[in-house]
Amino acid sequence: MTFLLSTESSLGSHFGTSRTSAPDRSMYRRERPVPMRSCPAALYNNLSVLPLPAPGLTQFALVHGPTAQLLSAAPDGLPVSQRQLHTKDGAGPGFPLITQAYWCVLPFRVLLVLTSQRGIQIYESDGSVMVYWHALDSTDASPVQALFARGIAASGHYICVGTWSGRVLVFDVPAKGPNIVLSEELDVHQAPITDIAAEPAQGQDCVADVVTADDSGLLCVWKSGPEFKLLTRISGFGTPCPSVQLWQGSVAAGYGDGQIRIYEASSGALHVQINAHARGICALDLAPEAGKLLSGAEDSFVHIWKLSRNPHSGCIEVEHCHAECVTDTQVCGARFCDLRGSSFAVTGYDLAEILRYSCV
Amino acid sequence: MSVRTLPLLFLNLGGEMLYILDQRLRAQNVPTDKARKVMNDLISTMFNKKFLEELFKPQELYSKKALRTVYDRLAHASIMRLNPASMDKLFDLMTMAFKYQVLLCPRPKDILLITFNHLDAIKNFVRDSPDIMNQVDETFRHIIEVYGCLPAGEFQLIRQTLLLFFQDMHIRVSIFLKDKVQNSNGRFVLPISGPVPWGTKVPGLIRMFNNKGEEVKRMEFKHGGQYVRAESEGSFELSGDRVLTLGTNMYSASRPVETRVSGALKNSSLNTKDNIAARTLAKEELNFLARLMGGMEIKKTSGPEPGFRLNLFTTDEEEEHAALTRPEELSYQVINIQAAQDQQRNEELTRIMGEFEIHDQPQQSTSKGGYSNRKLMPGGKEQSTAFPHLLPFPKPQIVHTHTKSLHGKDSDL
Repeated sequence: MTFLLSTESSLGSHFGTSRTSAPDRSMYRRERPVPMRSCPAALYNNLSVLPLPAPGLTQFALVHGPTAQLLSAAPDGLPVSQRQLHTKDGAGPGFPLITQAYWCVLPFRVLLVLTSQRGIQIYESDGSVMVYWHALDSTDASPVQALFARGIAASGHYICVGTWSGRVLVFDVPAKGPNIVLSEELDVHQAPITDIAAEPAQGQDCVADVVTADDSGLLCVWKSGPEFKLLTRISGFGTPCPSVQLWQGSVAAGYGDGQIRIYEASSGALHVQINAHARGICALDLAPEAGKLLSGAEDSFVHIWKLSRNPHSGCIEVEHCHAECVTDTQVCGARFCDLRGSSFAVTGYDLAEILRYSCV
Repeated sequence: MSVRTLPLLFLNLGGEMLYILDQRLRAQNVPTDKARKVMNDLISTMFNKKFLEELFKPQELYSKKALRTVYDRLAHASIMRLNPASMDKLFDLMTMAFKYQVLLCPRPKDILLITFNHLDAIKNFVRDSPDIMNQVDETFRHIIEVYGCLPAGEFQLIRQTLLLFFQDMHIRVSIFLKDKVQNSNGRFVLPISGPVPWGTKVPGLIRMFNNKGEEVKRMEFKHGGQYVRAESEGSFELSGDRVLTLGTNMYSASRPVETRVSGALKNSSLNTKDNIAARTLAKEELNFLARLMGGMEIKKTSGPEPGFRLNLFTTDEEEEHAALTRPEELSYQVINIQAAQDQQRNEELTRIMGEFEIHDQPQQSTSKGGYSNRKLMPGGKEQSTAFPHLLPFPKPQIVHTHTKSLHGKDSDL
C-alpha cells in the first residue's frame, strides 16, 4: 500500500533532482526507496543503518514519535521485515516520545539503543528483546525543562548516552547478557546533549576517541576508559551543534547555522570551516575507510565531502564531492550504508520512504 | 517535548483562525457592526487573563483533538455559529497554514516573528477597542519576557515539538496549491533560493587553516541552491518591522479557500494503540481541557441580539457534502467523551462545557458533552427558523434531499 503513496504523489517531489556539482568525482544515482508506514519525526540524526550479514540486506532504524521503526530491505528496495518498538511506560495522550534510535557496534555484540523522554531502552540488534532499561533521573529538573535522553555512541565496550541536563551516562556492556552497568556520569555540559561520536583509538598517539556535543554548540573531547578523561573543550558560541563525527583525531561538527567545522581533537584548533548549508544541519555521518563525510540539513540538501590529511602540515583538508537535492524535503537523517561510502540513505520530515543512493 | 510550546501553538493557530473568519465574514457580507462584535468577542476571549495563565503553564502539547475542542469553544464565544463541517474546515486551514509557517521558518527563533506578525494583525482588528488592545499588549509583553531570551537550542526544540504535532497532516489547501507553495501530494514546496536566515552565511565557501589559525586555502563549491545574504533581522520588540512575511494575513476577501481532505492509506501510521488513544480523550487531556476552559469566559449573548451561522464553504450543499464525505480517520470529533474512564473528571468537564451553552440558541451542533455525530444533519432545518442567517442559499430542504439521494433513505433528525 505504501507504494501507492509514491504513485499518487507528484513525481517531481519524490524522485528529487540530482544537482551535482562539477567536477564530480563521485557520481551517485537514486536507487529504489524503501517505503515506510509512517513519516519520521523532525528530530536530529533520525536514521541509523546496520548492514546485515545476509548479502545486500540493510537494516534501518528511525523514530516516528512515540514509536521507533526498524526495517530491513534488500537492494531492490523491497522491505523484508518490519518491526515497531514503543517507549516503555507508554501511556497518556502524547505517549512519551522517542528521540533517537541507534545501533551500537561493540566488540562482541551489536545492541540497539532507543532514547526517549522517559529513559534509555537497550535491545538486541533486531529489536526482539529488551535487555536493559534505565529511567531518567528528574530530580534536578525545573518545571520548564523538557526531560529526555538524546545522543548515543559506542566506544569499545562502553555505550555513552546524553541527557537533557548535559549529563552523559556511560554504560559498561558485557560481552553477552543483560548485565549492563552504569559506570560513570560525565557532568561537564550545561546544555542538553545533541549528539555523541566515537571512533576506535588510533594507535598510541591518538588518545581522543569520544566527542560529545550540546545545544549551545559546546564540544567536549574525551578519552574513554574506566574513567573518562576530558581532553578538550571547543565552544560553539551559542549555536547548537546537532551532529558530530570523529575521524582520525579530527572532530567534524555540523551546526544549526548550516556550517560544518573541523577541529583537531586533541588541541581544539580549527582546521576547516565550510559554509555548507542554508539551514540547520540535522545529520552527519562518516565513511571511515574513505574519509568521506555526509551532511544533511533542513535546506533539502545532502552533501558529501572528502576529508584528507595534508602530509606536510598534518592539517585536515576538505574537498566537496557531491551535492544532492532532496526536493521539498527537510532532511532529518542521513547515513552511509557501507564503510567506504559508496552508498547512503536519507530520511526527511513528511517523507514516507527512505531514499537510497549509490555510486555508479 | 518542549513544555513551552503550547502558548505559541495556540496564539498562532488563533491568529490564523481570525484571518479566516475575518475573510468569511466579509465574503458573506455580514454587517460591519456584527462582524466587529464577533472579532472583538473572539479576541477578548482568546486573551482572557485567566485563560492565558493556564495556557502559559509549562506542559506538554496535547492531541489535535483536545486542541480542536478548545477552538470549538472559542469559535462559539460570540454570536456566530459554525456547523461541524465548517469547524472541521476551519481547523484544517488553521493547522495547515501554521504548519507551513513553521516549516519555512528560517531560524527556529523566527517562530517568534511569526507569532508577532499574528499579534500585530490581531491588534489591528481591535484597534478601536482599547480594553481588548490592552489585553493583547499585555500578552505581547509576556511573550517577549518568557521567550525573548531563550537560547537557539530551546527554540529548535519548540520547532521540533510543533513539527511533531503537525506530523502526518497533508491536507491540500487550494490557496496553497494555486500559489504553488504546496504540491498535489500535500507536501509543501521548500524553496532553495532567496535570503539565508539571519546569522547564516551563504553556502559555497570552504576555508582551511593551519595550526596557527592562519587561513591557508580557500575553495568554492557549487551547493545547488541560489541563496543570497539576509538583508536585515526582524524586530523582536513590541512593534517594529518583522521583515518576515510568514504569519501575515494571506487571505483576501475575494479568494475562496477550499481544502481537499485526503484520507490516509489503509496501512496508515495509526496502529491499534494509537487508534484507541486517538478516539478517546485521555484523563490528562480532560484535566487540561477542564482547567483551560474553566478560565475561558464565554459571554452569553446579551439581549435580543440574534446570532447567525457562518459557513466556511460557498454553499450549504458544499458544507453538507463535506460533512458526509470526511474520512473517518480525519475526524476531529470528540466522540467518546462519555466513555472516558475518570467519571468525576468527565462530569466536571461536562459541567464546565455546559456553562458555555448560550441558552437562547436552539440545539445546534454544540450540544452538551460532545458533538452531534457527523452523519446527522447539521441542524439546518431548525436554525433557519430560529434566527436570521445571512447566507445566500437559505434552503435547508435542499440539504435534506441531498442526503436522501446519497443515502437512499431519509436521515433521522
